[in-house]
Amino acid sequence: MNRSARWALGALLALTVLAVLVPAMSPVDPLAIDDVLGARLVAPFARDAHGAWHALGTDRFGRDILVRMLLAARISLAVGVGGSLLATAIGVMIGAASGWWRGVADRVAMGIADALLAIPRLILLLLCAALWRPGAPTVVLVLAVTGWMSVARLVRAEVLLLGTRPFVESARISGVSEWRTLWRHVIPNALGPAIVALTLGVGNAILLESGLAFLGLGVQPPTPSWGNMIAGGRDLIVTAPWVALAPGVILIATVLACTVLGDALRDRLAGERVATLAERA
Amino acid sequence: MEGHYVVVRVLIQRGAESLVRFWLVVSLTFLLAHLAPGDAAELLVSPSASADEVASMRRTLGLDASFPEQYARWVGGVLRGDLGESFAQREPVATVIARALPVSLALGATSLLLTFAIGVGVGLYQGARRGQWSDRMLTAAGIAVFAAPSYWLALALVALFTTGAAAWGFPEWLRLPAFGIRSPASTATGWSALLEVVRHALLPVTVLTAIGAAGIARYARAASLDLVGSDWVRTARAKGVAERGVHGRHVLANAVAPLVTLFALSIPGVVAGSVFVEGIFAWPGMGRLLLGAISARDYPVVMGVTVVYAGLVIVANALADVALYALDPRRR
Repeated sequence: MNRSARWALGALLALTVLAVLVPAMSPVDPLAIDDVLGARLVAPFARDAHGAWHALGTDRFGRDILVRMLLAARISLAVGVGGSLLATAIGVMIGAASGWWRGVADRVAMGIADALLAIPRLILLLLCAALWRPGAPTVVLVLAVTGWMSVARLVRAEVLLLGTRPFVESARISGVSEWRTLWRHVIPNALGPAIVALTLGVGNAILLESGLAFLGLGVQPPTPSWGNMIAGGRDLIVTAPWVALAPGVILIATVLACTVLGDALRDRLAGERVATLAERA
Repeated sequence: MEGHYVVVRVLIQRGAESLVRFWLVVSLTFLLAHLAPGDAAELLVSPSASADEVASMRRTLGLDASFPEQYARWVGGVLRGDLGESFAQREPVATVIARALPVSLALGATSLLLTFAIGVGVGLYQGARRGQWSDRMLTAAGIAVFAAPSYWLALALVALFTTGAAAWGFPEWLRLPAFGIRSPASTATGWSALLEVVRHALLPVTVLTAIGAAGIARYARAASLDLVGSDWVRTARAKGVAERGVHGRHVLANAVAPLVTLFALSIPGVVAGSVFVEGIFAWPGMGRLLLGAISARDYPVVMGVTVVYAGLVIVANALADVALYALDPRRR
């Protein structure tokens, strides 16, 4: 692993630890609204009327932005990792089954994947999020429904190749069942590109989740997520720009770390380029 | 002649494939809308409406028909260019979309062209200076921009050109407007009207171009590194072709095929970016239309916009495929 990938991994771990610890240890409740007039829209590095110091200032209700941002990190990371894991799991299953058994089911699955890939992922997300009730579980589900296709294609291609390899042939000849051959011998060897796609997918999922939350279609306030915090600062962008800009910085740093880590993994695990261009928010 | 024949055959083949994909998209859109909980008829009648009124609204909307019947009506309508009627605007969806589409196409096409010019230029520059300080800085800047959400970049630009412009005393010509496609109550015509639209377009185009170019530059750099290491580049160098000529002619010419593919690949990104960018800069395009329709629960418009977006992506992909055959003689 190269130096920048180690930094990225360290940053993600540090963020996870901070997200768990800081809101739990903070003396102020990040959701509570007390003295709005005395504490609202305090600039970064300044004290409010009660003398409390806010590293990144406060929002319009006088809530500390840094603490809320780290609380939001829990949700953003959970939704990003959860959505991406689920999408990868579905993709691996569909891709492996398609590549292994081929036939009509394969054509149907790849046809559906093709059609879903033709709709820009954000539009598909918006369509699903608009039709169902917004909230974190919906977002995870929708991320999975709209994210499995590229993984399925990568894994399918991998499985098609592996099917012709001698060790798969010899497993067959020695009487290992179809299912067991697929599960024990083929899938583990086809996971390389899926792991790369997963790592890059977490960054993408976090971006998309924040986009949905920004539009009011994701995690709903008062529960903070980076997207809805940015949305909360949108109409204050002229008078108190830090409210919208601060959560964006941590969001960019997180997505950046995922990209760097994914790139490093790709160089190690897979020789091919995983399409990332088509999926960003 | 042989070559032309292949291009025509590929054109027909891709056309057929595209039609099948489009039909799948149209069906999936219908299925998703059908699976959604809630009843569109109940959204349209007043909250105090009786069951009879809801039932008559369902009849008006055609929701009382059977599933296959509704499906057939939707697919048939799409084929005739009839996407139903907007709940919110009481107008055919096709009319509403036709009004918004040119704005989005102009914004998207301008950004896409700039994205390519800048992205390819930066990528080739980095490829030629691989490992040097400028290459490393550009790579870092590129992945940082690529990691930024478009709506955040847009808001940052708005902050820069409002609060920042006041604080740091930007000159008059740099005070760019951040909202709408023209100034409110503007009476400008002719060239000054065009200039006004261009000034309004600068910030949205900058956001879309920055994100797109960051992605393209990454690919262009990787592609040019692959090519720079190849035998024929060594031959060109050995022949005494100047460095500029090596990169400008030999590398660029061979990078055309991956770039065409990339062009098609980057269209969904521009579409997605434009949704947020149009929303924030208040541009009356398809993205803003979609966002408005979602918050108004105007399902026919949501479905219509989805189908049109998907159609654009499918057509772009098919054209890119055909262009590959037309441009690259080795494929025939």
